[in-house]
Amino acid sequence: MITDFGRVFLFFVLGVVFVAGGLVTAWLIRPQRWYPAKLSSYECGEEPVGDSWVRFNIRFYVVALIFLIFDVEIVFLVPWAVVYSRLGAYAFVEMTIFLAILLVGYAYVWVKGDLDWDKPQPNIPVVKRRQEKPLSEEVTV
Amino acid sequence: MGLLDRQFGTSNVIVTSLENLLNWARLSSLWQMQFGLACCAIEMMAAAASHYDFDRFGVIPRATPRQSDVMIVAGTVTLKMATRIKRLYDQMSEPRYVISMGSCSNCGGPYWEHGYHVLKGVDRVIPVDVYVPGCPPRPEALMEGLIKLQEKIRSESLVKKTA
Repeated sequence: MITDFGRVFLFFVLGVVFVAGGLVTAWLIRPQRWYPAKLSSYECGEEPVGDSWVRFNIRFYVVALIFLIFDVEIVFLVPWAVVYSRLGAYAFVEMTIFLAILLVGYAYVWVKGDLDWDKPQPNIPVVKRRQEKPLSEEVTV
Repeated sequence: MGLLDRQFGTSNVIVTSLENLLNWARLSSLWQMQFGLACCAIEMMAAAASHYDFDRFGVIPRATPRQSDVMIVAGTVTLKMATRIKRLYDQMSEPRYVISMGSCSNCGGPYWEHGYHVLKGVDRVIPVDVYVPGCPPRPEALMEGLIKLQEKIRSESLVKKTA
């Protein structure tokens, strides 16, 4: 008799075997002729600039988090919308509350200014120069 | 060198069966490096569209050389592009194949004499498996080129090559 967690374990083992099996098979049958140009990072055929492990701006992280929240919202909304006609008013109220909670989060993010993408304001130095007279004024006849 | 790739001294029934399996797998899913250079690319796109349907041969355009098996050089290879094509070919993982499509990439085409900016045949920078003649070749011609390439792959061997 297999328990519920036994099934989870079975899924885990199958997943590992599936991935490892693919990698091992590829390792067996692939030709392995490596040279530096083959291992260089792909940048649409251009000369690769720097490493592929570059650091991303931390602001992308916030945007990704906000995206994730609304992504999950869609995941909940779609099945709700599919069977909506059979659920009645109770489901409508419940979904409205759910959306209201997310909306509060959205308003919070908005007010806090995480949606503002502030561009860098470079401080361009200006050299103050003495205004020179035009050459025509210096020449005395 | 891989464990199986050209590691066998002699051929026997096991090696040939394995060869058949590998070659069949390779020729049935020739993923294509997705890029076009000139008017031949329009014909290549027509070949990939629903009427000619390259997908039935297992040819799927891929956006990166790491995932692709065949590079269809469709169009005029300028000298500026030649270095890029070389780099893209280098970045493709093996086994990799090249179809040179159209007169321009075969030999320079209409630019063979006075084209100061055109590479006189893509085989000057990368090895070509199949040449498809035409200016530009119709999708049927490209399809025949692909079938020729499949025939070529079908006859590949795991046996160690002797000089």
